[in-house]
Amino acid sequence: MEKNINRRDFIKFSGMTGAVLALGFYLPAKGKELLVGNLATQELELSPFILIETSGKITLINPRPDMGQGTFHSIPLLIAEELEVDIDKIEIRPSDGNPKYGAQLSGGSGSVAASWLPMRKAGAAAKEMLIKAAAKKWQVAESECYAKEGKVFNKKNNSSLSYGELVEEAAKLEVPKEPKLKEKKDFKYLGKKSMRVDIPSKVNGTAIFGMDIKVPNMVYAAIEHCPAIWGKVANIDERRARDVKGVKDVVKIKRPVFMKSPECVAVIADNTYAAFQGKKALRITWESAEAEKFNSADYFKKMREMAKTEGNPHENEGDVKAALSKASKTITAEYETPFASHAPMEPEACVVHVKEDSCEIWAPVQSPDTSAFGVGGQVAMAIGMKPEQIKINVVFMGGAFGRKAFYDFVVEAALLSKQVKAPVKVVWTREDDITQGPFRPAMLNAFKGGLDAKGNVTAFQHTIIGGSIQNQWGGMANGKKVDDWAVEAVDKENSPYEIPNFRLDYLHAEPSVPLLWWRSVYSSTNGFAQESFVDELAHAAKKDPMEFRISLLEKAPRFKKVLELLKEKSNWTEKLPKGKAKGVAIVRSFGTICAHVVTVAQKDKEIILEKVVTVIDCGMTVSPDNVKAQTESNIVYGLTAAVKDGITFVNGKAEQSNYNNYKMIRINETPKMEIHIMDNDEKPSGVGEPGLPPLAPALANAIFALTGKRLRTLPFKLEV
Amino acid sequence: MAQYQLLINKKTYTVDVDMQMPLLWVIRDIIGMTGTKFGCGIAQCGACTVHLDGVAMKTCLLPVSAAVGKQITTIEGLGTDKMHPVQQAWIDEQVPQCGYCQSGQIMAATALLAKNPNPSDEEIDVAMQGNICRCGTYQRVRQAIHTAADLMKKETGGEGGKR
Ligand code: FES
Ligand code: FES
Repeated sequence: MEKNINRRDFIKFSGMTGAVLALGFYLPAKGKELLVGNLATQELELSPFILIETSGKITLINPRPDMGQGTFHSIPLLIAEELEVDIDKIEIRPSDGNPKYGAQLSGGSGSVAASWLPMRKAGAAAKEMLIKAAAKKWQVAESECYAKEGKVFNKKNNSSLSYGELVEEAAKLEVPKEPKLKEKKDFKYLGKKSMRVDIPSKVNGTAIFGMDIKVPNMVYAAIEHCPAIWGKVANIDERRARDVKGVKDVVKIKRPVFMKSPECVAVIADNTYAAFQGKKALRITWESAEAEKFNSADYFKKMREMAKTEGNPHENEGDVKAALSKASKTITAEYETPFASHAPMEPEACVVHVKEDSCEIWAPVQSPDTSAFGVGGQVAMAIGMKPEQIKINVVFMGGAFGRKAFYDFVVEAALLSKQVKAPVKVVWTREDDITQGPFRPAMLNAFKGGLDAKGNVTAFQHTIIGGSIQNQWGGMANGKKVDDWAVEAVDKENSPYEIPNFRLDYLHAEPSVPLLWWRSVYSSTNGFAQESFVDELAHAAKKDPMEFRISLLEKAPRFKKVLELLKEKSNWTEKLPKGKAKGVAIVRSFGTICAHVVTVAQKDKEIILEKVVTVIDCGMTVSPDNVKAQTESNIVYGLTAAVKDGITFVNGKAEQSNYNNYKMIRINETPKMEIHIMDNDEKPSGVGEPGLPPLAPALANAIFALTGKRLRTLPFKLEV
Repeated sequence: MAQYQLLINKKTYTVDVDMQMPLLWVIRDIIGMTGTKFGCGIAQCGACTVHLDGVAMKTCLLPVSAAVGKQITTIEGLGTDKMHPVQQAWIDEQVPQCGYCQSGQIMAATALLAKNPNPSDEEIDVAMQGNICRCGTYQRVRQAIHTAADLMKKETGGEGGKR
């Protein structure tokens, strides 16, 4: 890693001249917590986040790429709040993957949670320095000054100096160690309605996505991947492809997929259409016999067999076996959830230019990191360069949902650019996107529950069976029995139902298709299973599903409050006419608690999803409207996964390939949604995913209340 | 290859392309306007929607030859002097998330409002169901179309000629 980000580098990056107040973060030699440093006075490795120039121009660097979840707006807002500047008057720039910016991944709904304090501290520190500078100029006490709207004011005579005028002086000062942060009641932006700064460019066609990048002398590439994913090219008949007008070349490369590198064939052309036509005209003989052995139906059969065996314990409290044998009623159930595709609206697309001794990337990715796991590191390794030789330009993602934290398409572009010696734009077709994965793991969740004579739950046995994402990097090596990622959202910490005998197990069933984080990951599959089974227990105990949950959450006040508010807002106790019913579910994932009540109605043979009422507890909010938007988004995404299509494999090949057979919820199928945010002073947590997991179980529970039919397999049809 | 004259956003372009090339790729790759998006290539998602003589049309399968002699309007041609009320409403309601589908959504919505200045929720659902939004912004799309309808009424003087 480089030693100092010196002023020269910095000015180069920022394109600035003259004095500048530049603050950023550094990790002290013996510390864990990030401290704020001043670039002008400290010999440090800094990650600048705030730049104020003498002209008064303010630039904030946003290190968390935006995939639609709003970080382009929310992260700078944290700084602006404390710095007392208007978010509309500052320039926001994405970071460029330089390690000096620290973690730059958008994922795990963690951006706001991790940035909440450090970003605010940086803003507050800059403000205090500017105030100090002003006080010095005026020869008054700091307490006589205050900051507002990019200026420091003198309380006595109301005169003011703009931040720009104070930069020179302020840059010479020490950074305060513990700047005073504003109190919640004084927030001007945080927790208030604010307009996202990226939106104007997204209503007039000017926002630039990966698909839109154009650089001089660029060629276009479409890539034919092996239908069974893992394959080698035995033979290519490329004559007809080369006959397509505009096709320039046909090139064989390898797609990096975790530890493997299946082969694929790229058609290079002078526009996208020609590349697509050339791809269609290729005749390739694949060697993929081994991969073709995989059938998802067999995989589920195998998992059903495994469900009969004993799992490997992750959590074990009390004695489930004994409690089950003593129970006056036991119930068992198995839930199945399919492989799923992210299918972001923008298929994978990017441009890479490999030159003699450097490489430039323009890509819509969830992290511009140059570490070995980041896009920069992976490209560097693939083309034999050092991470320092790679320049990364992050552009808007047309949706990602986990998919664009996987960089195969960027590496493909790099390999092609190296071969054809020109900038290459790789454009995946929707068919590439849906058939090639990586996919959300298909899972089976098996339960046994025991109730005593009074209907109290005495035993709860949960076994999670399925593929391990981390094992694709060797995460299950050395005899590890439980994938600690795969048990998320349903362990005791996240699902604190008070049940005396509780056991959570895992069994590893390896599918041969590639797996990846998919919006809320295992929380989506675990949450569906667990919250459906809790509903089964409630019905077995002849209790109201809402009251049943509340009674088990007495010792988890945040959960209980969420359900109590939801009970009120959803009018849970109202008497519904015949042909209508409600269902509830609550899941905590990524630190945020979310619960939905779904109302369904029967219309002839059809079930209509009328309304979703939600309560979400994500602590203090940066932007409440964005919390609502993300939750609406999660409801639609979760609903799509619940009632549309899963990915199924026959002879190693995905049977779904585009939006005609991997269908999406459309506007006419979208229920009314009403989102309520818990008002509290808790630490903020993310909202990009937590609205998703409780949707499918709340819907299935509502359908059970309507029809008496328990739906244990996703996706299901909205039919009676 | 053949030469075509296209009238896009009131400007004439001459292109020399394969006659089968869909209008989408002519607009994006040959002319270089990238507001119109590619999402599926099989007329399922609506990301590629533009107006042909004022009618919303998916362009990913539409051969360029079919667009000759028609007035083509893309997202770039909307609200050039002053923001179109639909665009304003999209900002007011904070509709876009990733934004990728939104050019198509906006083109479909403007075509709807030109025909039906006061659509009901049901009419909106019918007109807009060709446009997928993977980010699930549908509730806001619905709301924004109502907001745009109100803005347009004000503009045309529906409320005492305020503008
Ligand atoms: S790209 Fe044309 S409808 Fe999807
Ligand atoms: S806003 Fe992302 S697909 Fe519609």
